[in-house]
Amino acid sequence: MKNIEIFTRGIIRQNPVFVLLLGMCPTLGTTTSAINGMGMGVATMFVLTMSNIAISLIKNLVPGKVRIPAYIVVIASFVTVLQLVMEAYVPELYNTLGVFIPLIVVNCIILGRAEAFASKNNVMSSTMDGLGIGIGFTLSLTVLGAVREILGTYSIFGFKFADTDGILIFVLAPGAFIALAYLLALFNKFKAKLK
Amino acid sequence: MESTLRNMILTLFAITFVGSCAVGAIYLLTKEPIETAKKEKVSNAIGMVVPEFTNDPSEDTIVEEQDGGQLIVYTAKNGEDVVGYAIETYTNNGFSGDIKLMVGFLPDGTIHNIQVLEQNETPGLGSKMADPGNKLIVSFEGKKPSELNMRVAKEGGDIDALTASTISSKAYVEAVQRAYDKFLTIVK
Repeated sequence: MKNIEIFTRGIIRQNPVFVLLLGMCPTLGTTTSAINGMGMGVATMFVLTMSNIAISLIKNLVPGKVRIPAYIVVIASFVTVLQLVMEAYVPELYNTLGVFIPLIVVNCIILGRAEAFASKNNVMSSTMDGLGIGIGFTLSLTVLGAVREILGTYSIFGFKFADTDGILIFVLAPGAFIALAYLLALFNKFKAKLK
Repeated sequence: MESTLRNMILTLFAITFVGSCAVGAIYLLTKEPIETAKKEKVSNAIGMVVPEFTNDPSEDTIVEEQDGGQLIVYTAKNGEDVVGYAIETYTNNGFSGDIKLMVGFLPDGTIHNIQVLEQNETPGLGSKMADPGNKLIVSFEGKKPSELNMRVAKEGGDIDALTASTISSKAYVEAVQRAYDKFLTIVK
């Protein structure tokens, strides 16, 4: 498969949130505003790409029976690195995302791509796969965050456009499910038309 | 690749070794920036909550451990005169997790300003306690806690709660009260 195709399919045809429905925990938990969703998406993309690269490099050296623990150690190391770097240079975002940063370790997209893709493909394709899926995840989280922020607080990326409180339920947990459901429906309609 | 006990142990050992070396190296590199970022946050908050000062309040502190939290008093001086006290206070009764505030008192006990250092309240509701000019700050600013009924309006007090966030607002008031109690013990 060509690398460009591997890259683009992560964004639409195999979009992790709207098609594969993977990684729902950070998707629902962190998307209270567009900027939070974007921050989470970029953090996940970093870990996903780095772990895909590392795993495709070591895939022939790891015995089959211990591959999962080996991959998890690789992923956890990258997450810890990311956590320390974020705490040092973007403390604001680090505080908002809080517990969801260490939880990137157990995000099933990352182990999923490691097992399904990076452990069977070369470094170049794995990098493209990581970037593609990562961008798809970031875009989905940003859109979901933006919808919730617009409806819930009448603002977008922190800029308020109306002087009232907004529909509060959209910033709370139930609003995450409602917004995600409608976005899923729209996305699938759009995808069906493409075919 | 064939799995044997020997190569499984060796591989896992090698991977964990490399992983921990990498994490250790990054830890050493980021240790200083993390501390600077934390200190900067505190000193910015002190600058916001007390009038202009010339000393370094982070050098002039009183620390007290209280049930599950820490109160820190920073004294701000202009020359030799005390211009205010910035008190780092906390509450464990937030809607989700602890809340940490920096409350600035003038020497006569008037609240000059309040800054939120840490909160995990519901975004768009309780998180508004960190916005400038919100109802809670307006209720406190320029007033003495001794002359206020330190309860939210719903319970007959003088403090306007944030819309739909009574629990967060009550926790905020509790933290301010804690800071004021500490203030009284210093000034007397």
